[in-house]
Amino acid sequence: MLATWPCPGPYGILEELAVAFDRGRSARLLIAPPLFEEMNRTRRFLVETQRQLDAFGVDSMLPDLPGCNESLQAFSAQSLGSWRDAMAAAARHFRATHILAVRGGALVFPTTLPGWVLEPIKGASILRQLLRARVLSAREAGLAEDSAALLELGRNHGLELAGYRLSAALVAGLDAAVPEDEGQVVIRQSALGGSALWLRSEPGEDPAQSANLARMIAQDEGG
Amino acid sequence: MANQIEKARRVTQPSNTDAELRSVLSDVLSLSADRAAALAADSGLFGALPELDSMAVAGLLTEIEDRFAIMIDDEEVDGDMLGTYGDLLAFVRGKRGEA
Repeated sequence: MLATWPCPGPYGILEELAVAFDRGRSARLLIAPPLFEEMNRTRRFLVETQRQLDAFGVDSMLPDLPGCNESLQAFSAQSLGSWRDAMAAAARHFRATHILAVRGGALVFPTTLPGWVLEPIKGASILRQLLRARVLSAREAGLAEDSAALLELGRNHGLELAGYRLSAALVAGLDAAVPEDEGQVVIRQSALGGSALWLRSEPGEDPAQSANLARMIAQDEGG
Repeated sequence: MANQIEKARRVTQPSNTDAELRSVLSDVLSLSADRAAALAADSGLFGALPELDSMAVAGLLTEIEDRFAIMIDDEEVDGDMLGTYGDLLAFVRGKRGEA
């Protein structure tokens, strides 16, 4: 179920992991995961969706973004550019025919593949939430910090936010990035039933939502 | 005291803001529908719920901004605004011009 794939890194090609349900079938879905904490919160949901897709006859691969999850690359070396290169490399390696980009994954997925975008989010919204968490936790520690000043600092020198060391490139990239979907079908949370798993402060799962998502994809893919 | 009664009255009155705010809290904190419905004006939030750390608060505020089409300045976020459910509801209603 775990597969490796060659990912471009700063010093050449490195191996990264992916959760893969790969039986060599013709319908092959690459999943571009959400970014930061939302990646962890949605992991069980996405892997369960993969199981359901497997039952519908669709192969799927959920690659790690370099610097995230099991990746040995440094998070601080990543940018939206490196994540886009990585997702494009994963799509080639796994011969993906379709894409599912989830939340911030919509900022980095290979846009030439047909497929689906689940509740895409702007980079600036992701950044705003991370900056806010930092300002709030600084305030609890009795320190006064300011989001606008932190953003300016981050764009030039990088910044630590919510335990992640963001490069200047990642901060600047997020600040400007909007979802890149071009003709992919946008799926809204309301179509899945239930509440959004990426919102939950504690990671959860919901097999019914996974089943709904898998069914939508499997039906569309056949048509 | 009058303030307390005022808050309690607001919370018990059915309104979209109240229902929607309960729904946001339920989504972010994984509260059951029953627990979300049982939130009272004096139900403690920040400081009372361990899962409501700074990251969860940041997520909560961002979701509130989205669903109610309001903007919240970091300076407005403090114990007075997030201490209890009644505080938060009053804040959101104030932002929406319902107070």
